[in-house]
This record gives sequence, C-alpha cells and structure tokens, in this order.
Amino acid sequence: MFNKLLTGLLCTALLLPAAATADEVNVYSARKEKLIKPLLDQFTAATGIKVNLLTGKADALLKKLELEGENTPADLLITTDAGRLHRAQQAGVLQPVDSATLMAHIPLNMRDPEHYWFGLTYRARPIMYVKARVSPDELSTYEALTDETWKGRICIRSSSNIYNQSLVASMLASQSAEQTQDWANGLVQNFARPPKGGDRDQIKAAAAGQCDIAIANSYYYAAMLAGSDEAQRASAEKLAIFWPNQGADARGTHINISGAAVTKAAKHKDNAIKLLEYMTQDEAQRWYSDVNGEYPVKVGVAANELLQSWGEFKADTLNLSELGTHNAEALRIMDKAGWR
Amino acid sequence: MDIARTQRPLTPLGTVTAAQARTSKRTRYLFRALLISMALLVALPVLAVFAYVFVPAPDVWQHLVDTVLADYLANSFWLLIGVGFGVLLLGVPVAWLNSMCRFPGQRIFEWALLLPLAMPAYIIAYTYTGMLDFAGPVQTFIRDATGLGYGEYYFPEVRSLPGAIAMLSLVLYPYVYLLARAAFLEQSVCVLEVSRTLGSSAWHSFFHLALPLARPAIITGLSLALMETLADFGTVHYFGVDTFTTGIFRTWFGLGDSAAAAQLAALLMSVVFMLVLLERWSRHKARYHHTSGKYSVLPKQQLRGKWGALAIVVCTLPIVLGFLIPVLQLLYWAFTVGEQSIDQAFLRLVANSLFLAALAAGFALLLALLLGYGKRLDTHPVVRLSARIAALGYAIPGTVIAIGVLIPFVWLDTQLNNLSKAGFGLSLGLLFSGSLFTLLFAYNVRFLAVSLQTVEAGLGKVKPTIDEAGRSLGLKAFGVLRRLHLPMMQGSLLTALLLVFVDVLKELPATLVLRPFNFNTLAVRAYEMAADERLADAGLPSLMIVLVGIIPVILLSYSIGRARAGSKVQA
Repeated sequence: MFNKLLTGLLCTALLLPAAATADEVNVYSARKEKLIKPLLDQFTAATGIKVNLLTGKADALLKKLELEGENTPADLLITTDAGRLHRAQQAGVLQPVDSATLMAHIPLNMRDPEHYWFGLTYRARPIMYVKARVSPDELSTYEALTDETWKGRICIRSSSNIYNQSLVASMLASQSAEQTQDWANGLVQNFARPPKGGDRDQIKAAAAGQCDIAIANSYYYAAMLAGSDEAQRASAEKLAIFWPNQGADARGTHINISGAAVTKAAKHKDNAIKLLEYMTQDEAQRWYSDVNGEYPVKVGVAANELLQSWGEFKADTLNLSELGTHNAEALRIMDKAGWR
Repeated sequence: MDIARTQRPLTPLGTVTAAQARTSKRTRYLFRALLISMALLVALPVLAVFAYVFVPAPDVWQHLVDTVLADYLANSFWLLIGVGFGVLLLGVPVAWLNSMCRFPGQRIFEWALLLPLAMPAYIIAYTYTGMLDFAGPVQTFIRDATGLGYGEYYFPEVRSLPGAIAMLSLVLYPYVYLLARAAFLEQSVCVLEVSRTLGSSAWHSFFHLALPLARPAIITGLSLALMETLADFGTVHYFGVDTFTTGIFRTWFGLGDSAAAAQLAALLMSVVFMLVLLERWSRHKARYHHTSGKYSVLPKQQLRGKWGALAIVVCTLPIVLGFLIPVLQLLYWAFTVGEQSIDQAFLRLVANSLFLAALAAGFALLLALLLGYGKRLDTHPVVRLSARIAALGYAIPGTVIAIGVLIPFVWLDTQLNNLSKAGFGLSLGLLFSGSLFTLLFAYNVRFLAVSLQTVEAGLGKVKPTIDEAGRSLGLKAFGVLRRLHLPMMQGSLLTALLLVFVDVLKELPATLVLRPFNFNTLAVRAYEMAADERLADAGLPSLMIVLVGIIPVILLSYSIGRARAGSKVQA
C-alpha cells in the first residue's frame, strides 16, 4: 500500500513536466513574488496567457539559466539591477528583441544599446540627511562626502550589496580608478560604524542619532513613509532626501533600474515580448510607482505623489550597461578600501 | 520480508562449500559497489567543487590574500570556537539534568528545550536585531529614560561576531542536547550504579564515566552544530560578519570568478574533513559500546531547594532566549504591523513545506540506513571514505550545493533530450532538473550528515557481538538490521527522521534555486519579505515555520523518552 502510494507520488509530483507548449510564458524573476505577481495576474486576465513564475536571487537564477542552456524553460529574466542584466548578456543567455513599443516607451540610457535588455522602472540612490543636524547647504556631491567634516557621520550598508557595487561602478565610469579608490578610502574613513543591515537600517540608524547621513535607495525611504509601521515612519520623517551631483555640468544622481530580458532559448518568445510590452504600459508603470515607490521609465507617466513631493532631479544619464562592465573592479576597490 | 524468518539449517562451522564462498564473495563485491556508488552519487556536488581546485585563478587569489582573506579566516575561526563552546555549555548540562534528575517542571523542560530547533538562525537574527539594535525599542527606551545619546552609554552591538555566536548557539544547541540526552538515557544504569557503589561521587561518575561514554554522541551533536555554522549565510551576512561563506559568494558573483570561489569552498571542506579525521584519531581506536544490556528504570535524583531552583534556571534560560523572546517578537510583528494574512495561498505554502520536509526526511533516513549499516558490514576503507565525503555536504552553503546538483542533472537532461529529439523529434524539457526530484536530491546531499551521523551513533552503541549472535542464529544481514538493530535504535532513527524534517522546513538557499515554477514554501515567503526589508511581513511565515516545526520536535522528545530499552520492559 505504502509502496504504491509512494510510486504514485513520485510519478505525479516529482516528474511534473516543467514546460508545456500551451499558451503560457515562463519567468525567472529576481523581483520578489509580492512585487510582481499582481501585475502578472493582470497580464493573464488581459491576454489569456498563463504566467509561470520562479523567483530567486539574481545571481543564482542567472547561473541556473547558464547551466540549463538551450533546454531552459525560462522565456524571460527579470532582475532588479542593470549589472546582472549585463552579466546575463555577457554569458550569452539573452537574445535581442526588436519591438517598436519598447523602443518608444523606454529612454535610451535605460535599455541596452543592442536591445538585449530593457529597464522597467528606475530607482535613485540619493543622500538622505537628518533634518535636525544637517543643512542641505552642506551637501553637494557623492565625491564631497569624503570631506573631513563628515568624519563618523555616514551610514551605508555593506559592499556585498549590488546597489553599492553599482554606485562605485558608476563612479568608475566617470572618473579614473585612482580617483575612485581615493574616494572609497575617504568614504570609509567617514563611516559612523562598520556597515551592517539593509538600506532601511541605515535610515533608522540616522534617525536614532548614530549618524547624520544615510545613503539608501529611494523606494525603501518611500516604503518606510507609506508603510503601516509607525516607528519606521517616524524614523523616515526625521530625514529628507538630497539629490547629489545636480550642478549644470555634474553627471546627476546615481540611478539603477529593474529590468527584463528575453532568454536566448525562449520557447515562448512572442509571449515574453508581449509581457515585456505590457509592463511598460501606463497602468503597469503607475502600479510600480504606487506599490513599490519606484520611478516609471516611460516618459509621460507621472510618479506616485509621494515621490513627486521630493522634487525633480537630474539622473545620471550613463548607459546602465556600464554598471555591469565595471562591477568586478568596483568590488576590488571597495575591498582595498576596507569597505566591508 | 520473510528473509529473517526462513528456517535454514545452520552450516556447521568450517564447512562452507567453495560454491557458497564464491557466491558470498560476489554478493559482497556487488554490495560494496552499490554502497560506493550511492555515496559517490550524493558526493557528486561536493566533488564538482573539488574539480575546480586545479583551475588557476592567481590574480583573484592575490587580491583576496592582500585584502580580505585574513578577515574571512579569523572570523570563521572565532565563530566556530564561539559556537562550539556555546552549544556545549547550553546543551550538555541540560541533557544531564533531564536524563538523571527530577525537579519541578522537568517533564516540560524535556521537550521545551528542543523548541529552538524549530527557529531558523536568520530569523532569530532578525528578531534580536529588531529589538536590540541602536534604533530598536530597548535602546530607544534607554535613551529616552536617561537622556543619553549615541556613544554616551555602553550597549553590546547585536550585529557583530559575538552577536552571531550568540544567535547560532541559541538555535544549534538542541543538536547537542538531543544527542547527549539520548546517549545518557541509553546508557546502562548498571555502569553508573557500579561506579557509585565503588565509592565515586555523583560528579566524579558524571565526568569520568557518563561523559566519556556519551562522548561520540556529544561530538556528533557538536559537529552537526559546527557544520551548520560553517554553512550559514543568512545570519553572518545580515550581521556584516565576513566569513568564508560570505566570501565565497562575494568572489563568485561580485568578482565574477567561479574558480576562485570553488577553491574557497574546497578549502572550507578540507578543514571540515580534517576536523572529522582528527576527532576519529583522537579516540585512539577506542569503541564505545554498551557493556551491559541490562536496563532498569533510571533512578532519577530528586533535586530540591536551591539545587532544584538552579536546575530550573539553567533549563529556562535557553528556552526563553532561543524561543520565547523571538516568538513574541514575531507574534508582535505578525499581528500588529504585518500585512500578510492567512488565506488559501498561505495554507498552500504550509502544505508545500510539510510535503517537501516529510518526503526528504524519509529519503534521507533510508539512505543513511543503507550507508550506515553498509559501513558496519563492509569495513573496506573506500566504503568508509566515500561515506565520509558524501556527508561533507552539511558544511557547504545551500546555494553551492544547488548549483553542484544542477550541473550533473542538467547534463543528464540534455542527453535525454538529444536522444528523444534524434529518435522521436520530441523535446522532453528538463525532466529531472526542472522538477522536485532535484530539490529532494539536494536536500539529501545537504542533510545526509544529519541522518547518517545520528544513525551511526545509534548503530555504534550496539555491540558487534549482537550482530554475530544474530548471524550465528541464522539471521541474514538484513534480518539483523530489521530484527535486532532497528528495534534497539528506534530513538536514533526517529531522531534522524525528525532532525532532517525540521532542517528541510527551515532550508532556504537550495529551495530557492531548485524549486519548480509556481511552487513556494514558508521559508521562501519569509525570505522574500525579509530580503525586501519588510521584517514585519516576514513575521507570519516565520512564525508558521516555527509552529509547524514544533510538532515534530515534541514528538521527537516523547519518543526518545519512550524508546529507552528499560522503559519498554517495564511497560
């Protein structure tokens, strides 16, 4: 009896075919289920195309995609930074997409020059300062944070985090390695504490008085302000956003994207492109802004009111594929600087 | 099933025919080949890592040596030392108290001491950080009450190396407690009585008799805790403590060098392997068996007054710190600020987690029995070595194992696809690597050490003379296992089963990489919320992991208490 039951289970559950040929699309997503599933459900309701979702860490999903090669069931890869999309392209697991809709909706610097990947939303990594202790007049650029006046006043998370790797990579793209190394050394000198925790933790630490400045992604700040946790909201309200590098000839505040790409071995390529295009429609773009506090990539779609209240800012126009190119070097620089 | 009962005239000693000898020799070789190939199959991901050892990556190594390697080594070393002492101090005394003494509340402590086992290390780390961090309620209260600011008062930093040691010790000590207690309970009381009647004090008997006799079990518990510590990524990463494990991932993904990352992992495994060998060697070939099979009800010492109070404090502390406080924090998060609700989708997560954990635990036990008993029957060094290598997976981070498992199975799938395309023009898709099969396999690679060591500890306590007696009375090898060993080591078997069950319930990295489409578990949900820095929303799934984990944990304790040979005779 037990043997039969076990055999039955093995046959049905263990060897469920991963990919069928029905009207569907398979997605590997580094974006968490909560922050993508509702949109995918809307897509299914609108088009009748079923979406199969596998979420995970970007690096592992990418590795999986590489290993699976031409037999991969995945049609679309979604990540939350440009560096990984670039890495995927370098690994040869993506294919270029020719879509007039995507070209029209997404600005030039937020998609790959050769059309291998496309940005879906962008987020900024500005400086956040404690209103009671810092005047915005004291702030200017990321570069100026190495000044002696900031000694022991800066909170930022570990260099293991991709957003910091991308920030340093963006500096490498605009200046020499020596200058970037000097900057990293100087910044580490000014740390209030050894890096620990996530972006929200930096904001909380600043609010509580451990430091005066936090560098964190804009959507975390938005989530703290809009969330249901009173303590977090109170923390966030003590800080304000400063947009660095805004001068006439400055490069602009560092941004990163969440984006997607069609895999080289996609078995449902048309559906994957449909899904991509769907995610750049006005409503989808607005949904991201409302639910996750990100900026829409599509020109003409207004960001959520909270984001608008922080004011307009000039974003770095660096083509984001450069973030991937400089990633390994950025990490080495941070290692040398003792940025843990 | 009737092998054992078959009546068969005993071959008179010394009259084995040449034909019989040949058959038995051939069976033995076949059995050996089976054992080695099973072990090597499980060891495949481990071996895949070692395959990278000869790929040169001098440039990256130079960089690592110049910058971060010393930190990785020092942090991992102190973490191991700290957690080692932590789990022994927390685990052994309570194990002894609960097997040999009686004091108020002892029946509850017996199982409640196991509860922290259900708490994933990264989750206890989140809860304590939430409470004790600079911005958390405790320190905020101190500042509000005293008017002091940052740097004007001393408060230990949670997110630090000592913090990581504390967190890991609190959730890993149950391994030591569990195995030590089982060992104390299985000890024949006669040995202790003889010792006492010969004039030894209770303390003397404990340190010179009970402890050395329980040593293999305690070491097993310790090594499980330490291997789990080495493989831990979530806690140390969150605490900003750079260890070997976080280094592997930085090198692999950040520096983009898989060869150097694999070499770091290989180095890690070599250290583990050396520790295992060292422990074997330090026993000086001594064997620890029951010297007497005579069991009677353990005469538990009644502790009263201050000794009773002390026992209660010693037993309460790990439960409060390792379970109650974090659970209260999770409850608070889940029901005040969290937005997650218990709906059908959530119940689906619970079902998926249970299903995976149960199936994986069953497989792991069967495999451990095969390898464990196989090693007993066939002491050929290659058999022993391959089983040792297979069990190394416990010290390797889950993501590394997941990728290591994917490599051979994707290869197999590709070959199958090529065949079927050539033969029928049909694409099969990823038959193995795209299904739960690979995930279950990965769990076995990761957790074989848990089941194998527990089963071995159980088997080790059965004297080989019992096997010989069984065989001479006509039982075959399988019969000895089924009729003699299994009943004698019920407790160990159940322990193996439930430990893997709880471990799989908590497992995250391999599940994340290897689960099929649209299939999520509680651990995955908790992780996704926490990774998005929504700790409050991670509260409910975390709480559910703990709740689901409690059931087997209680069952475990109950059955071990009952499985003691002496208590059966009484019943």
